[in-house]
Amino acid sequence: MTVTAPPVVIETPPAIATPVRAGAGSKVLAWVIMLAGVLYFFAPLVATGERAFRAIGRTFSFEAFRRVITDPEFLRTFGESVINAVATIVVSLLVIVPTAYWVTLKVPKLRSIIEFITLLPFVIPAVVLVFGLIRMYSRPPLAILGSYGSTRIILICAYAALSFPYMYRSVDNGLRAINVRTLTEAAQSLGATWPTIVWRVIFPNLRVALLSGALLTFAIVIGELTVALYLGQHTFGPFMSNLVRNFVAEPAALTILSFAMTWGAMGFISYLTRRQPGKRRMRRRP
Amino acid sequence: MAFLVLDRVRKEFGGSTAVEDFNLAVEAGEFVSFLGPSGCGKTTTLRMIAGFEKPSVGRISIGGRDITNARPNERNVGMVFQSYALFPNMTVGQNVGFGLKLKKVGREETQSRVNELLELIHMPDKGDSYPHELSGGQQQRVALARALAIRPQVLLLDEPLSALDAKIRDELRIEIRRIQRTLDITTIYVTHDQEEAMALSDRVVVMSRGVMEQVGPPFQIYNYPETRFVASFVGKLNQIPGVVIDSKTVQCGDERLQTTTPIEESPGTAVNVMVRPEELDIGAGEENQLVGVVESVNFLGAIVRVRIARGEQMITADLFNERLLELPEVEEAVTISFPAHACWVMKAN
Repeated sequence: MTVTAPPVVIETPPAIATPVRAGAGSKVLAWVIMLAGVLYFFAPLVATGERAFRAIGRTFSFEAFRRVITDPEFLRTFGESVINAVATIVVSLLVIVPTAYWVTLKVPKLRSIIEFITLLPFVIPAVVLVFGLIRMYSRPPLAILGSYGSTRIILICAYAALSFPYMYRSVDNGLRAINVRTLTEAAQSLGATWPTIVWRVIFPNLRVALLSGALLTFAIVIGELTVALYLGQHTFGPFMSNLVRNFVAEPAALTILSFAMTWGAMGFISYLTRRQPGKRRMRRRP
Repeated sequence: MAFLVLDRVRKEFGGSTAVEDFNLAVEAGEFVSFLGPSGCGKTTTLRMIAGFEKPSVGRISIGGRDITNARPNERNVGMVFQSYALFPNMTVGQNVGFGLKLKKVGREETQSRVNELLELIHMPDKGDSYPHELSGGQQQRVALARALAIRPQVLLLDEPLSALDAKIRDELRIEIRRIQRTLDITTIYVTHDQEEAMALSDRVVVMSRGVMEQVGPPFQIYNYPETRFVASFVGKLNQIPGVVIDSKTVQCGDERLQTTTPIEESPGTAVNVMVRPEELDIGAGEENQLVGVVESVNFLGAIVRVRIARGEQMITADLFNERLLELPEVEEAVTISFPAHACWVMKAN
């Protein structure tokens, strides 16, 4: 007996007009735009890297980085700029945090005016600012630009002013994210004084905002050229500028280092931002 | 002498008066609610007791001590906010112990007090949780425990249940009263929810436009309102227009209504006869009767709300539900009745 397998019938699906996939074109366009963006941002970086990593002929090496890092001026100027940046962050925090807190709590109507004032460094070019400072502080009664040290104080104050747009925005966003008034009143009703409220209630809840502002300020100060140059300060900005004028591979290496530092700072901010306040588990009390 | 005294307190913001001539004496351990619509000045008054606002005029004292000009952190007053206001960077235990730490209470004593309060709010195992890990109801319990931790002389609650859903609100309401009675703490509670005020309070202060309209126990406020505002704001109320005949009788359309509360207005004056919906009955009665046509019948569970049209005027009757209740039909002509002692008369607007 022969068993024949039943014929396999392949049913042809009814002809359906293929619908035009909505968004398919826009998807391609999105990819094109993204690729163009990637090229726009990364091509110069790749070219700079190429220059930095091939300082000796066509051989891949870290020679340019070695030369930069072992240059005694690099460490000296970088160290000086780091100290300037830290001092700027402290001054900026001391001015901006109490101001933003007070405006949010007591005079919210002034917020737009304060915002405008903090935005002035975007409008006034650094060169105008520095000439203003020189005119102001080089003649009596405020002639304090006599020594390198005193001029450095002016430099830090100028940097603090330049950091205001970033610092104020960061702090203000942080304050908007928490209910400042109610938290303040709750702490007051529990017996807290103003310094206690700021230190133990407001500051810890602004941690991410303050770090963002601080890191942005750091990034601005570390490579700032105009103000430092005109005030005769031997900081990292003028060092980089000098390097660009006299060498080829070293400035490229320095650029790569700056990028790495900036990206590192941004990554750190992003990491902290993901960690909401209070998510950190504390040690269980016995 | 009363424990908490507000003496001729007034508060002005710019040119407008938020609170006018506020006089109140609260006994120790008493639970008093400030009840009124938005903008009536109840929260402003509470904030003046807390020290967040300074009275423009008047004096506030707690336990005989004048605190009118004292800073909020010097008053020893516990405050619970509508938005919980827990410190997000601290655990539940740290939140509750915050005030004690500021008072430099020892670590062991603080821990013991925190544990005691977490037991009181039925959250003994949540000490290490952060506020964002808790539900709204739990957060408000923690806020209450935090306010109580410092053993305040007066506990202030500013609409603490407004942000919660109905079921949690009911549960927490009972909890607040239980805790208040357990600790025998003088409490001021601000709310716009009359049911909340009635259920919780020893006395209710009804406020309108910055003025105290009436102060009294919930029973008195509801059944014997002294002003038209209190009568209409607290509970539902039928206002039947009429004209005074004599000190006990009002002519309302074709019917004459009697009241046992003497009418002060002279004969011929236009008045309204006030009667609560739950005082009305469908069917003929021995005293006051009105005739109307049923407009709607709404079954609400424990009560059945019947709306009866009398010409252009609408009268609401709340009938207590029972299994043998015979509900009227819509468009059926019915007689409504109520006893003479159930109504009172107020001059028409």
